[in-house]
Amino acid sequence: MARMTMIEAIRDALDVAMGADPSVVVFGEDVGYFGGVFRCTAGLQAKYGKTRCFDTPINESGIVGAGIGMAAYGLKPVVEIQFADYMYPAYDQIVSEAARLRYRSAGQFTCPMVIRMPTGGGIFGGQTHSQSPEALLTHVTGLKTVVPSNPRDAKGLLLAAIEDPDPVIFMEPKRLYNGPFDGHHDRPVTAWKSHELGEVPEGHYTVPLGKAVVRRQGRAATVLSYGTMVHVALAAVEESGVDAEVIDLRTLLPLDMETIAASVNKTGRCLVLHEATLTSGYGAELAALVQAECFWQLEAPVRRVAGWDTPYPHTHEWSYFPGPARVAEALRQLVEVA
Amino acid sequence: MQRPDPDEYPPLSLVVPEPEVRPGGQPDFSHVAIPRAGTVRRPDVDADPEGIRDLAFTIIRVLNREGQAVGPWAEGLDITPEELLAGLRHMMTLRIYDARMLNAQRQQKTSFYMQHLGEEAISCAFQRALAPGDMNFPTYRQAGLLIAAGYPLSSMMNQIFSNAEDPMLGRQLPVCYSSREHGFFSISGNLATQFIQAVGWAMASAISGDCKISAAWIGDGSTAESDFHAALVFASTYKAPVVLNIVNNQWAISTFQGIARGGAGTFAARGLGFGIPSLRVDGNDYLAVLAVAKWAAERARRNLGPTLVEYVTYRAGGHSTSDDPSAYRPAEESTAWPLGDPILRLKNHLIALGIWSDERHQQAEAEILAEITEAQKRAEAIGTLHHGQHPSPAGMFEDVYAEMPPHLLKQRHEAGF
Ligand SMILES: Cc1ncc(C[n+]2csc(CCOP(=O)(O)OP(=O)(O)O)c2C)c(N)n1
Repeated sequence: MARMTMIEAIRDALDVAMGADPSVVVFGEDVGYFGGVFRCTAGLQAKYGKTRCFDTPINESGIVGAGIGMAAYGLKPVVEIQFADYMYPAYDQIVSEAARLRYRSAGQFTCPMVIRMPTGGGIFGGQTHSQSPEALLTHVTGLKTVVPSNPRDAKGLLLAAIEDPDPVIFMEPKRLYNGPFDGHHDRPVTAWKSHELGEVPEGHYTVPLGKAVVRRQGRAATVLSYGTMVHVALAAVEESGVDAEVIDLRTLLPLDMETIAASVNKTGRCLVLHEATLTSGYGAELAALVQAECFWQLEAPVRRVAGWDTPYPHTHEWSYFPGPARVAEALRQLVEVA
Repeated sequence: MQRPDPDEYPPLSLVVPEPEVRPGGQPDFSHVAIPRAGTVRRPDVDADPEGIRDLAFTIIRVLNREGQAVGPWAEGLDITPEELLAGLRHMMTLRIYDARMLNAQRQQKTSFYMQHLGEEAISCAFQRALAPGDMNFPTYRQAGLLIAAGYPLSSMMNQIFSNAEDPMLGRQLPVCYSSREHGFFSISGNLATQFIQAVGWAMASAISGDCKISAAWIGDGSTAESDFHAALVFASTYKAPVVLNIVNNQWAISTFQGIARGGAGTFAARGLGFGIPSLRVDGNDYLAVLAVAKWAAERARRNLGPTLVEYVTYRAGGHSTSDDPSAYRPAEESTAWPLGDPILRLKNHLIALGIWSDERHQQAEAEILAEITEAQKRAEAIGTLHHGQHPSPAGMFEDVYAEMPPHLLKQRHEAGF
């Protein structure tokens, strides 16, 4: 065991995968010599050579498109989109090509690739360095979408994603790269190294895709969240005094409905929390599933707390995405419903 | 055909381009062929693109080492001493402004900053070739367009500090300025998207029978984006009245220009396959930039279609305040850059003309610094990122649509506004 930041854990996962399997290749903008703008790939080129870890032209469509070709050939590309906001130029390749290759070729060609992208706000990144486009990706059949919330999961999930036979979107909440975040931006950052989830097993292990985890046991309500918002949820539960259960989804697709239903059936109340905009967000999917599966156990309508339906505003990011106060208030209202 | 004989065809291997030197190495620009100032010909603006292909592979230069303006591009310039002095002042202003804002970022008065060090001539000179009503579609390293267009420094600073007077209402990343009135289209953080929009804007001007032209801006790294190629296709197909500008400052964050350029001789050469006249110019030579910008703008205005211009320059600073260039290139590389410093070069020219001196330069520096410090004091008195007055968060719900739809109104109430 070693204590690591999420950046180090991701790098460690790539190192383990590249060391074990010569077909794993890593590329993207600034990924090679420099090791990526967040340094997730630092040192990999020096260790594995520049044909296994290299810089690409600034062309996201090209990065994903080339990755698809390599995956179809038999390699396992792990590509980096510098910020999730820049996956839009690659969207056609992701949606029309990567996601459907297996289906349309009747299984003759497959696309076992991983598309990594730092996601989410909270670092004053403004409109084009802060978005959470997961709903655009979970809406696409043929993709799997993963959002870790801590270093230990990040490494295990990334290794599982690399070994997965299908294209996996791996969204890295950049607010969590260096430490957990409880939504109180005015407090000093606590490092992962002082946190139990910063303890990352050495060598190879996986955290299976499609398995959620209960981060806090509770009886009065269930909070469903993922990524950065898991930590906000935990802070909000403390602040609200409501004995809520907090579930970290870890994988948005496939979704662990079993864990969710067990919890909501127990608590009878459900709050869905994400930082992406509300309307047609991933929370809508969760709310629909919960009401379909748990309708007779529900004692209150499912509530959603999410980012407002505006573009991400640079200065007002702390008013924009849900902080513990907003979530706590929603929790209190949720349990007050008779 | 049969499977190739493996004895005759050994296994393939991937080529990944690498810069010639990395940190610790000795920078060497001897391979950069730099023609003497004044030696490159100046064709007529209606020249056949086929006949001027060579201009995509050379470097048009005006100012020689003695500070004289020489050759055909200098002769066509027709510039007054006042204009020359104004040009120098714009560049000096941009440099001092950059230094102050960089410092402000280090003091956490803003979240982020991007400077222009070494690239001042390009945007400052180019703006002088435009007329009121023309539109730039800039990226984040062209604040000189605003300075040369007379946009108030205090407005720029208010944007950097996201304070209550920020013209972008705290919504945009610092340096993402926007001024319709000053011909400066709102900057997107997504690279290259605006290159094709500039072409669309120019097409609209032509469709409307207007007289306005547009200018598209992109970095060398970003020319790899598909939108760059979309812009070339549309510009050449419709002969749009647009100047397509590529700022080749050698680096895209940590990635050297060879990664985006691949096997092409130059970035300017990208235009040739589209039949677009393509010129390469010394981006550290204010007069060369101005001369070429005027030539290209004249072509656009005469409905002769697009021009592609590559400015050869060097990013002497970091990519942004989040970047550490010493991790990927030798520290001495910027001083080894053979095209010199744009401000020094114009300064020497003005001294050679007898209209400037070291003393006046120092005096001007002090004046500009005082002016900028004064503007900064006023801006900071309104507010900086974490202190003072900011635009109301209620405003973040405005302008999503022309009229606020009910669901957004509901959210605004929920947010407490
Ligand atoms: C679509 C997109 N992809 C990636 C980025 C991240 N990014 C911002 S600046 C930059 C490098 C740009 O280099 P270049 O075009 O050469 O311009 P320069 O910064 O050198 O002026 C990158 C990769 C982005 N902003 N947008």
